[in-house]
Amino acid sequence: MSSEPLLSIRGLKVHFPVKKGVLLQRVVGQVRAVDGVDLDVGQGMTYGLVGESGCGKSTLGKAVLRLVEPTAGTVVFDGVDVGAQSPEQTRLLRRHMQMVFQDPFASLDPRQSVESVLTEPLRTHGFTGDGSKRVRELLDIVGLPAGAARRYPHEFSGGQRQRVGIARAIALNPRLIIADEPVSALDVSIQAQIVNLLEDLQEQLGLTYVVVAHDLAVVRHVSDVIGVMYLGALVEESPSDELYAEPLHPYTIALMSAIPIPDPEVEERRQRILLTGDLPSPVNIPPGCRFHTRCPFRQPTRCADEEPGLREARPGRKVACHWVEEIAAGRIRAAASAHDPTATEVGVPVT
Amino acid sequence: MSLLKVEELSVVFRQRGREDVRAVDGVSFSVAPGETVGLVGESGCGKSVTSLAVMGLLPRRGVLVEGSIAFDGTELLTLPADKLRTLRGRDMAIVFQDPMSSLNPVVPIGVQVTEVLVRHRGLSSGEARAEAAELLRRVGIPDPARRLREYPHQLSGGMRQRALIAAALACSPRLLIADEPTTALDVTIQAQILELLKGLVADTGTALVLITHDLGVVAGMCDTVHVMYSGRIVERASRHELFASPRHPYTAGLLASVPRLDRPRGERLEPIQGSPRDTLPWSRGCAFAPRCRNRVDECARAAPELHGGSHSLRCFNPIEAKAVNR
Ligand SMILES: Nc1ncnc2c1ncn2[C@@H]1O[C@H](COP(=O)(O)OP(=O)(O)OP(=O)(O)O)[C@@H](O)[C@H]1O
Ligand SMILES: Nc1ncnc2c1ncn2[C@@H]1O[C@H](COP(=O)(O)OP(=O)(O)O)[C@@H](O)[C@H]1O
Ligand code: SF4
Ligand code: SF4
Ligand SMILES: [Mg+2]
Ligand SMILES: [Mg+2]
Repeated sequence: MSSEPLLSIRGLKVHFPVKKGVLLQRVVGQVRAVDGVDLDVGQGMTYGLVGESGCGKSTLGKAVLRLVEPTAGTVVFDGVDVGAQSPEQTRLLRRHMQMVFQDPFASLDPRQSVESVLTEPLRTHGFTGDGSKRVRELLDIVGLPAGAARRYPHEFSGGQRQRVGIARAIALNPRLIIADEPVSALDVSIQAQIVNLLEDLQEQLGLTYVVVAHDLAVVRHVSDVIGVMYLGALVEESPSDELYAEPLHPYTIALMSAIPIPDPEVEERRQRILLTGDLPSPVNIPPGCRFHTRCPFRQPTRCADEEPGLREARPGRKVACHWVEEIAAGRIRAAASAHDPTATEVGVPVT
Repeated sequence: MSLLKVEELSVVFRQRGREDVRAVDGVSFSVAPGETVGLVGESGCGKSVTSLAVMGLLPRRGVLVEGSIAFDGTELLTLPADKLRTLRGRDMAIVFQDPMSSLNPVVPIGVQVTEVLVRHRGLSSGEARAEAAELLRRVGIPDPARRLREYPHQLSGGMRQRALIAAALACSPRLLIADEPTTALDVTIQAQILELLKGLVADTGTALVLITHDLGVVAGMCDTVHVMYSGRIVERASRHELFASPRHPYTAGLLASVPRLDRPRGERLEPIQGSPRDTLPWSRGCAFAPRCRNRVDECARAAPELHGGSHSLRCFNPIEAKAVNR
């Protein structure tokens, strides 16, 4: 990774108040959607964020672009503290940071032609050159015919709409793109087209990506570094090549083992670690280790009452678990319940 | 002996002022007790319409259903509605992708499960409640007695899907159709549900038709796989054959487009060109021809037929077979 990260996040928290009552709304709790995240993304790199639905991936992405207001923490983009900027400066900064969304249809106005979708960001940022030339250029870059400019979103297939969404995001030559589930709404055969397009653009335009997705196979394919989120916090961060080979955090171990692999031979040999129960609500994040209510390796001490910080367990690998060394060495094994969803007991230390 | 035998099933939607939509076009497959059969393909290829047709859940008006659907020797397409309804609650059940749409939002979960038990198995309401709690426990819902009193919106997506499976299991159906049962769920919850379905097939000999677009799920679950494209089956094989030696260009294309977690990173993906929208009507040739790399002249002149025994193909120029040692 290059010396200065392009994006640097420290202690980022986004809490949403939970209100009750009709007239006098009382705040009865906080949704801790993002609950203290530190991460760095190097120039030209791809950082992948994975985790279950509701763990705070999208909120984190939006907080970086200031589409939601962080409760605490700093976001530094290319040496500039994003939170300390005036509204006008924030607007200028935003042209360097763009977002690609999951559902390309929902993020496009159905009554706007592609030409107008693409020239809009140019106009708002005072682009004075030849607008239609730039539109043709953009369409060409994302692999759409020039004739697409006069058409409307509903005339396109999902994959083509995602290309329009990407063209819009790169219109102003941004440096950072946050792609939130860029392929999950697309058919399998189309996902690969968009993945390849994102890779090509990175190379051609020197882009830096944060890719948010729940499909780990796709994220791993595109990312250099992967951050695994659980209930608003990073529980593991690792170079993407090493994560599948040896996941270290118990949640990552379970997540990896749960992902089906399109090969019957591999599937038959695999040992699944099943998690019991559901994701706790982000309003009531468990004390101690936030994963302890579902952790198949949970120990009677520390797990329930002491919060593990994200620490370097191996060179380049950060893990938030008190027992990571013992688990990696096989001295603590997963409880039997991890193989039988109806059983309930804690992890077994091997003596 | 197969429990369900579908032969030359076609479903046509007739819409006023518009062209007919032939959603399912001559589909045949069968499922035996204790067997899991997969239907795979991209959105719109006719998977859900096939499952609705088997369950007799398509609207009567404006829909033309042809062919034969035999359940344990009984032809369902001509069966009177009341007989079909009895069969549906007792012997065949379906689980949909979106559990919210198939659970009644204003009726507690418990009532929805016990209803089936009272109606089809003639249990008293007390017996039914105890049995319902047992079913929820079996599908891995913690604290079942409390959950029975709750409404669907009070459960998480994963729990709703499990509640729906519990309701489907209430009568120990001999045939279960699961239409994208885990598509809306997180992978850790998906793993629980798939484990549950596997156990069901192994323990009770239920015949399972699993509909999915996820090739990974197919690889771990199905004995036989049918790949559908534009309303027709284009390839059929045992899962080992299919994954080791895919022969239809569409199947091979699908497999090459998904990145694999267990392979070294960095290989470029090989997408299928175009989109599922770019199809040729089967009446004019092979529907996949506009996207196919193996296309030959013949492909745009006539539709290929489905040929072969245990590994069948609908293609004029298939990929060379690889030796499969199994
Ligand atoms: N504006 C808001 N007000 C209150 N709660 C919110 C708001 N936005 C998000 N949340 C909550 O914050 C948590 C994190 O949401 P977020 O959308 O970031 O999750 P995610 O990881 O992107 O999930 P998914 O994979 O489903 O997209 C969720 O519990 C969500 O309900
Ligand atoms: N009620 C309907 N009226 C008209 N067309 C329909 C109807 N239901 C489904 N179709 C069409 O039938 C085809 C197959 O749909 P479906 O079986 O839902 O696909 P999938 O394989 O994604 O489950 C699609 O082209 C769809 O648009
Ligand atoms: S700290 Fe304890 S509960 Fe948390 S992940 Fe590690 S072993 Fe599991
Ligand atoms: S019949 Fe022709 S177009 Fe169709 S899949 Fe085979 S080779 Fe391709
Ligand atoms: Mg999200
Ligand atoms: Mg469907």
